[in-house]
Order: sequence, then C-alpha cells, then structure tokens
Amino acid sequence: MQAHIAHLEYLLRLGDSSLVLGQRLGEWTGHGPVLEEDIAMANVALDLVGQARLLLTHAAQLEGAGRDEDQLAYFRDARAYRNFSICELPNSGLEKGRTQSGDYAFSIVRNLLYCAYQVQLWQRLSSSNDAQLAGIAAKSLKESTYHLRHAADWTIRFGDGTEESHARAQRALDALWPYTNELFADDAVEQEVAEAGIGVLNESLREDWHAQVVAVLEEATLREPRPSHLLTTGKTGLHSEHLDFLLAEMQVLARAHPGAVW
Amino acid sequence: MSQNEWPLWEVFIRSKQGLDHRHVGSLHAVDSAQALQMARDVYTRRMEGVSIWVVPSEAITASDPDDSGAMFDPMADKIYRHPSFYKLPKEVEHM
Repeated sequence: MQAHIAHLEYLLRLGDSSLVLGQRLGEWTGHGPVLEEDIAMANVALDLVGQARLLLTHAAQLEGAGRDEDQLAYFRDARAYRNFSICELPNSGLEKGRTQSGDYAFSIVRNLLYCAYQVQLWQRLSSSNDAQLAGIAAKSLKESTYHLRHAADWTIRFGDGTEESHARAQRALDALWPYTNELFADDAVEQEVAEAGIGVLNESLREDWHAQVVAVLEEATLREPRPSHLLTTGKTGLHSEHLDFLLAEMQVLARAHPGAVW
Repeated sequence: MSQNEWPLWEVFIRSKQGLDHRHVGSLHAVDSAQALQMARDVYTRRMEGVSIWVVPSEAITASDPDDSGAMFDPMADKIYRHPSFYKLPKEVEHM
C-alpha cells in the first residue's frame, strides 16, 4: 500500500474512532443515572471529540485536498468512516428487543475495553516519527488514562456490586468481547505505518491490554469471556447499521446548512 | 435511589495560584474515592483547581446563622484587639 495512503488511513482510523465514540457517549448527556455521572460521561465525550478534532485536522492537512476537520466529520458517509466497529455500537446494548434507553453497564464496559486500548496506543505513539501525531498522543494519553480509571472504577463497582449489577456487567462484557478482536488485528495499513515508524502494530498492544483488563475484571469478580472468532470490519469502512443512524443525527445540521459558520 | 440517597460530601478546591482550599459545593457519592473522582469531574471542569479535598458533610459542624448576632457582633467595636496603635520603628517600617 502506498505510504501516504496508509498514513492517512491510519489517522482516520484513530480519529474516526474517537469521534464516533465521543458522539455515542454524548448521547448520555441529560440521561445519566445520577447528576455527577452525567457530567463525568459528558467530560469523557468531550475529551474524545477533542482528540478527533486534532486527528482529523492532521489527516485533512495530510490529504492535501483542501478539506478540513469539519468536512471530514460532517460530509463523509458511513462507507468512508474508518472507526472500529466497537465504537459505533448503541448505548442500549446488543440484546434483541432492547428499548431505546441506554444500558450504563454496556457503555462503561465498552469504555473500559476501548480506553485501555487507547492508553496502550498513545503510550507507544508518543514516540512516533510523525511529530504531530506524537504530540497528539502525548496529550491524549493523560485524557485516556483518566477515562480508563473512570471506567475501571465503575466496572469494579458494578461487577462486585449487587446481583443485578453483576449480571448486567457480565452480559455487557460477554456481548462486547468479540468486538475487541478488531482492535488487535493488523492489515496493510498498520504494516505500512509500523514500518515507517509512524504507527504501531496493534498485535503488539494486545498483551499489555489484556493484562490491564483482566486485572480489572478480577477485582470486579467478572468472568473473562471465551475467545471469539468474530472480526468486525469497521476500520475498513464496512460498518454495522448503527453507524448510519449515528451519522444521520450528527451530520444533519451541517448538511442542512453547508458552509455555515457560527 | 430515592429512599437511599448516597451520602453527601462537601468539596474544597485549591486553585493553581491559591494557598487555601475553598468550598465550592457538594455532591452525592458512595465513598470517598468516588467522591474525589466526581469532584474532579464536576468541580474542576474549567480548570478551577489543582487540589481537591472531599469531606463527608456530617463531619462538618457549622455555626447557626441565627446565633450570628451573639457570636460575631461583639467583635465589631473592640478595636483594642487589633495591633493598630503600635508604631513601627523606621528601620523596619516597610516590613
């Protein structure tokens, strides 16, 4: 794969994942279980959107086609989005017949799994040959460290909590686990950027991620799910139906008034 | 959660330039670790501070506003309790 293309694809994968997850977590605003958590979750969402802005701005510059962060965020369709599938899953979880209301355990466990990945990723990317990416990684590491701590704390409280909270947390973990396979798979994009010293092979993050997550699960008295063979394809642009609805809501205003400024 | 409200905590924040922790508000949390984390999310969003104290509200004993007349008014007219009449020697005038 052409080095320039791979570099761009890599940035989009990271930026789109932060953006989509940020948008998902933003859906909790005003609907959190308690006031303090409502604010906490909104803070996490804002941090992620901030990461997305930096990454997408960098990607747009690299692309050199005159687009900026807003055009990438608001005027690309789902097929052009490169986020990991786990980020687009609805807050209500994946069980059949679920109502629209959110499942907090699902959101918290998803954060645990994804933010633990981000911590490993940002640590390594702080020494990327792409100086701008290294800078973004160093800043994002502080944020993701906190996001992980927040998610781990609640996972432990849910898991080692009441019978109901434990059951919900376990169900969420079992549902989400297969979606983590995509985080540690590598294709031509990762191979190319790793060779160039710009990025890292996801496989190299797996062991530390696993150790970190399992430590939390143990304290939460949750059972590690069995390995699954599911390999989702969000980072190649092939998404679940959930992303279409998320983008429709996120993009509707910008698309109704293209070129508008505040 | 309506009958079993989480305990209330008072939050004190010290700003970057400050020397003392100031009371900024309160929140409900399960325990002190969670109270600290929530205080970070609720009360330091706009860089209000760099240090947080959380104290269970029940640990604080406060003076009764109704007593403030008897408690505090007598101090208002006792200027002899202030060091205002001592003249500093010239050598240390600007201390």
